Amino acid sequence: MRYFKCENLIEALGLLADPDTRFPLLAGGTDLIVQWRMGGRMPEGVIDIGALEEIRLIIQRENVIEIGAAVTHSMLIESNIVRRYCPVLVDACRTVGAVQIQNRGTIGGNIVNASPAGDTPPVLMAFDAKVELANLSGRRHVPLREFYLSYRKTALKPDELLTRIIIPKHGPDEKAGFYKIGTRKAQAISKVALCVRAKIAGGAVNDIAIALGSVAPTAVRAPKTEAFLKGKKLDSFAVDEAKRTLAAEIAPIDDIRSTADYRRFVAENLLARYLEKASDAF
Amino acid sequence: MGKSIALIVNGKRKKVKAHAASRVLDVLRETLKLTGTKEGCGEGECGACSVILNGEVVNSCLILFGQLNDGDDITTIEGIGGKKKLHPLQEYFLECGASQCGICTPGMIMAAYALLKKNPRPTHDEIRQAVAGNLCRCTGYAKIIEAIERCATSNVKI
Repeated sequence: MRYFKCENLIEALGLLADPDTRFPLLAGGTDLIVQWRMGGRMPEGVIDIGALEEIRLIIQRENVIEIGAAVTHSMLIESNIVRRYCPVLVDACRTVGAVQIQNRGTIGGNIVNASPAGDTPPVLMAFDAKVELANLSGRRHVPLREFYLSYRKTALKPDELLTRIIIPKHGPDEKAGFYKIGTRKAQAISKVALCVRAKIAGGAVNDIAIALGSVAPTAVRAPKTEAFLKGKKLDSFAVDEAKRTLAAEIAPIDDIRSTADYRRFVAENLLARYLEKASDAF
Repeated sequence: MGKSIALIVNGKRKKVKAHAASRVLDVLRETLKLTGTKEGCGEGECGACSVILNGEVVNSCLILFGQLNDGDDITTIEGIGGKKKLHPLQEYFLECGASQCGICTPGMIMAAYALLKKNPRPTHDEIRQAVAGNLCRCTGYAKIIEAIERCATSNVKI
C-alpha cells in the first residue's frame, strides 16, 4: 500500500488532483477500515488527512460556527462552542458507536460516508449547515441537503476534499431536539433518527426544520411536513395531520435493522414527541 | 517495505517498524508480542482490542499503523499491571468476579482505566457509558460495573 501521510491540506489536494495518486482519504478510519477488511481488499494507496491541524479546529464566527472535517465526535462533545450553539449535535455525537469510536471517528467522515443511517447529517441538515468542498483551484460551499445525490452518492468531485462544515448560529428562541431509535443506546446503527429545530411562540409554529435519518436513501429534510406545520397552532389535530404528512413523505425500507412500517410509525411518534414537548416548553 | 515510527509503548520509547497498512492490534500482538490485547470482532463493535492512545481509549483493530505519529503514546493492559503487581482495577475485577472467560477483560479494564484517569469519581451511569463499547458475553455486566465502581470509590491512585 502506498501510504501518504499528509502534512498539510495543499499536499492532500495535490495528491487528489493527480489521477495516479487519487487514493481514498483516511481520517479516523472507523468506517473505512471495516469496509476495506469486509471487502477483503485494502486499497492500493491511502491519503491520510487525520492529523491535519487545519481541519481539526472548531471556530466561532459572528453568524456561524465552523467545524473542521477531521474534528472527532469526542472533540465535538467537549466543545463549548458546539454545546452552546448546537447542543443537539452533541446529543447526536454521543450516540455514535461508543467512546472508542467517538475518539477516532470524524464528523467529515460521518458526512462523506453518506450512510442514510449516519447520526450527524440529520442534525446538520436541520440546522441548514453547508459543507465546504476544496480542490487545488478553490473551494465551494454546498448546503448539506443538496450534498447527497442518491444512496451513498454525494456531490463531491473526485479531486475534492470536504474541509469544513459551516453551521449558522440560530437564535435562543429556537429549540431543537434529536432522537435516535436503535437496538440499544450504544453501538447501535439507527432504525430511525430525527432532528427538529423550530421557533414556536404562543403554541404556534413560526418556523420549523425537520430532518431524518434511516428513512430514505439519504438523510433527508421533510419539506411537506415543515410547510404544513408553519403557522399552525399546535393542537392535537395539527399534530395528527403532521404525523400523517410525515408518514407519506418519507420512504423507509425493510432491511436487516428494521421494517418500513416500523420506521414510519416511529418517525411519526418522534415528531409528535418533539411537538408535544415543544408546545409546552415555549 | 515497512514504516518506522517512534512510539512510547507502555512508558518505554520504541522505534517500531511495520507495514503502514497493518492494524495497530496486529503490530501490538505480533511485532511487539503484547498479546494481552485481544481481538474479538475485528470491526469496532466489541472493544476487546481497546488500548489507550494519547490518553484516549480506542479500538486498536480500527487503526492502521500508518495512522500513528512519532511520539504517540500507547498503553496496553501490560502497561498498567502484571503478574508481579496487579493494577487496582485488576484486583477489583478479581475480587468481584468480573472476569469469567477473560476475553473482554483487558479491553474492559482499559476502558475503565481511561475513564478513571479523566474522571476519578464517576457516577454509575458514567461507568456504564464508558464501557458501553465493550461487550461481555459471560458476566451480564453487573460485576464489571461493580468492580469499576468499587475501584473508583476506594481512593486508590489510578
